[in-house]
Amino acid sequence: MNFDLTNISELPAGPDAAHIALFALSVILLLLTLIRGGKKTVEIEKIVEKEIEVKVEVEKIVEVIKHVDVEKIVEVEKIVEIKAPLQEASPAAACQLLSLLQNEARFIDFIQEDLTGASDEQIGAAARIIHTGSKKVINEYFSFTPIRTEEEESQVTVAEGFNPSEIKLIGNVLGSAPYRGILVHAGWKITKVNLPKLAQGHNANIVAAAEVEL
Amino acid sequence: MSDITETTAKYSIGIDLGTTHCVLSYIDLEQEGDKVAKQLFAIPQLSAPGSVTEKYQLPSFVYQAHEDEISKDQTPLPWNADNTTLVGDVARNLGLKTPIRLVSSAKSWLSHATVSPHDSILPFSSPDEVEKISPVTATSQYLSHLADAWNYAHPDAPISEQDVTITIPASFDPAARNLTAQAAQALNLKHLNLLEEPQAAVYSWLQACGDEWRDQVNVGDTILVVDIGGGTTDLSLISVEEVEGNLTLSRVAVGEHILLGGDNMDLALAYRLKMKLMQEGKQLQPWQIQAITHACRDAKEQLLSDNDIDTMPIVIPSRGSKLIAGTMQTELTRDEVKQTILDGFFPATAVSEMPQQNTRTALTQIGLPYAQDAAITKHIAHFLNKQHDAIATDAGDFIKPTAVLFNGGVFKSDAISSKLIGIINDWLITADVEEEAKLLTGIDLDLAVANGACYHGYAKQGKGVRIKGGLASAYYVGVESSMPAIPGFEAPLEAVCIAPFGLEEGTNHDVSTYQFGLVVGQPVKFKFFGSTVRREDVVGTHLDFWQPDDLDQLPDIEVTLDSANRNSGDVVPVSLSVTVTEVGTLKVEAIANDSDETWEIELTVRQ
Repeated sequence: MNFDLTNISELPAGPDAAHIALFALSVILLLLTLIRGGKKTVEIEKIVEKEIEVKVEVEKIVEVIKHVDVEKIVEVEKIVEIKAPLQEASPAAACQLLSLLQNEARFIDFIQEDLTGASDEQIGAAARIIHTGSKKVINEYFSFTPIRTEEEESQVTVAEGFNPSEIKLIGNVLGSAPYRGILVHAGWKITKVNLPKLAQGHNANIVAAAEVEL
Repeated sequence: MSDITETTAKYSIGIDLGTTHCVLSYIDLEQEGDKVAKQLFAIPQLSAPGSVTEKYQLPSFVYQAHEDEISKDQTPLPWNADNTTLVGDVARNLGLKTPIRLVSSAKSWLSHATVSPHDSILPFSSPDEVEKISPVTATSQYLSHLADAWNYAHPDAPISEQDVTITIPASFDPAARNLTAQAAQALNLKHLNLLEEPQAAVYSWLQACGDEWRDQVNVGDTILVVDIGGGTTDLSLISVEEVEGNLTLSRVAVGEHILLGGDNMDLALAYRLKMKLMQEGKQLQPWQIQAITHACRDAKEQLLSDNDIDTMPIVIPSRGSKLIAGTMQTELTRDEVKQTILDGFFPATAVSEMPQQNTRTALTQIGLPYAQDAAITKHIAHFLNKQHDAIATDAGDFIKPTAVLFNGGVFKSDAISSKLIGIINDWLITADVEEEAKLLTGIDLDLAVANGACYHGYAKQGKGVRIKGGLASAYYVGVESSMPAIPGFEAPLEAVCIAPFGLEEGTNHDVSTYQFGLVVGQPVKFKFFGSTVRREDVVGTHLDFWQPDDLDQLPDIEVTLDSANRNSGDVVPVSLSVTVTEVGTLKVEAIANDSDETWEIELTVRQ
C-alpha cells in the first residue's frame, strides 16, 4: 500500500457521516491498542499484530492510518530501549587494540620478552620503539582531554553535584560539597574513539601473523 | 530546467592527486557567509587486511596481492563488500615488506617521455608473474576510491554532479594532462577542472589571507612559487597586475619537470646513516634502510626546526619477535642533517650556476628520470634565468621575484625555508635590487594544494579571486623542410606553431595558414615541441631555426585517418585545429580541407 501524507490536509474538507463513524471507530480501536500496549510493554510481537489488525479494519481512512503508523513506530522503539541489555565489553575490540599496538609499537613482543640480562641501553632503544609506535596508535585512534584543566598540585574546588566517575575524592573524604582540595592528577577522558572497522569473519585473535620470507 | 547542470553542484571538491598520497577537501557552495568553510574529507580505506580505517590521506599505492596472500573476505570496503582492489594505506603497508607487488609513483610515469602510459608496466621491473597495471589505471583506481568514498558519505550529492578540481604539476606536458583527465573519466564528472599545483598553493594563500591579500602584494609584484612535494619540485611565477582598477593575478611561467622532492632528502639521510653503521661494522638489509628512511623523516623535521635538540636517536627494530636482541640503534646529528639537506639540496650557489646534467648520484634509480643534480637552488636559478622574459618589465638576466611562496612538507623545517629565502635574497642583493623578496605565509604546508583546489572551484563561481592561467607553453609540430635530398643527412626539421603561449581555457585556434598532407589508413606521426619561453609566436609562426633551449621536444603525437569515404593510401589535405578545453587539456584535430571530416590527434601515444 502506498499512502500519501498530503491527504491529511483534505481531511476537514466535508467528511460524510459514514466517514465520521469510521473515523471514530478507528480512533477507539487505536486507543484500546495503545492502552493494552502500555500495560504489556514487553510483548513486542503482540503489539505488532494489533497494528496490522487496525490497518485492516480502517483501510478506507487513509490519512488516519498513516497517523497510527507513526505513533506505533515510536511505541515499538521505546520498548526496544527498555529491553536493551547491558553492553558486554567486546573482546574483539581489545584484541584489535593489542594488534595495533603490536604492529606499530611491537608491544606484545616487548612484554613477552625476558628483560633479565638486557642492558639499560638495549631496553632504552626498545622503549623508543614502544613510545613512538604507541603514541602514533593512541593519537590516531583516540582523542583525549584532561578532566580538570587546572595545574596539578594546585587548590581546586569540586562543586556540588559533581560526577564521581570523573572526579575521585581521596584522603580525608569528610564533610559535604563543595569540596576544596589539591588536584593530584588532572585525569584523562577519551572524547573520541575512531578504531578501524573489522571485516565480517576477521579473526581479531591474531595479533600478529607469522611472517615467512620467500 | 535547462540550466540544471550549472546549478546542481552543491560542493566544490579539490583533489590533490599526489605522487605519494591523495587528499580531498571540499567547500559547501550553498553555505552563505563571509568565512569560506573548507573541510577535509576522512577517506575510509583498508589499513590492513580485514581492517578499515578513516584517514585524511589516501596513500597513492596499489598492491597486487598474490592469490594465496589474502583471503577474499578480508578486503571489503564500506561501499563494496566484494572489493578486491588494495588501494591506500593497506597497499603501502603490505608493499613495505613485498615491494615487488607495490605499484607506486604512477603520477611520475604519466609524464614519462619514453613509456606508453597505457602499457601495463607497474609494479615496474617486477617479475612477470605479478599482474601489472598501467600508470593510467593506477591513477584511475586512486580517483575511483576517492569517488566511491565520497558517494558513500554523500548519497545525496554524488561526485559526478559536483564541481571537481584535480591538481597536476605545473610542469605536466599536454599528454600527461590528458592522461589525468582520462583517468578521471570513470567518475563521469560533469564539472572537471585541472589545476596546476603551485597555483593551488596560491589559491590556498589567497583564501588564508581573505581580503588582506591586497595589502600583501602590489601591482608589478612577481611571486615565485616553490612547491616541493614528496617526489617533485614544481616552480611557477605569478604576476600581480591591474585590470580595470582591480588587482589580478596571472600565472606567467612554469618550470620544468623536476623529479626531486622530500623523499629524496629522507633517502639521502638514510644512506648517510647506512654508511655510518657500515663504518661501525654493521651491515644493513634493504628492509632496514626502509625503517631508517621513515625514522629520518621525523628526525629531520625536529633537527631542522628552531630548537636546541642536537641529536635524534634512530632505532631500527628487529624483524623477529625478539625486540631487545635484534634492535639496532644509531643517531642522527644536527650537523649531519645540515650537511646532507641544507648543503646537499639547498647549497648557497650563485644565480648563474645551473644544474649539472651528467653527475649520477646514488639517488637515481633505473626507470624514472630523476633529477641528476640534487641542488634545488640551482634548479630555481635555472628557472629564473630561463624565464627572464616572462614579465612585462625588463627583468634583466633573471627574474627578480618580489615575493616568494613556499609549499610542501619540507618547508615545515624552519632552517630550510629561511636558508632558501636567504639565498634568493642574496641573488637579489648581488643584482643590486634594493628590496628583499617577501616571504608569503599562512598556508598549511601539507594541505594547501587540496585546499587551494577546492577554493578554485569556489572562486570560479565568482565568489573569490581567480588566477589567470592559460597555456604555459607554446606548442609546435615539426615538419620536414622541402629541400633537395642530401645523402646521409636528414631533411632539416622546421617547427610550426599550433598553439600560442597563454591560450586560455575554452578557446580555439585553427592553423589554416599551414596545410599538411595526411595519408589515409596509416598512422602519421608528428614531432611535437613545447616552449615555455617563446611568448611572441602566434599560430602559424614558422621556425626554421631556434636555440636548443627554446624548444623542448615532447613525445610524438599521432593521427590515423580512417575514412569510409576515402581509399587507403589517398593523401588528404588537412589543417590543424587546437583547442584548450574547459577542463584544461589540449585537443588537437586534423580538419579535412575538402570536406567537413575531423580526426582527433592523439597526444598520449608514446613508444
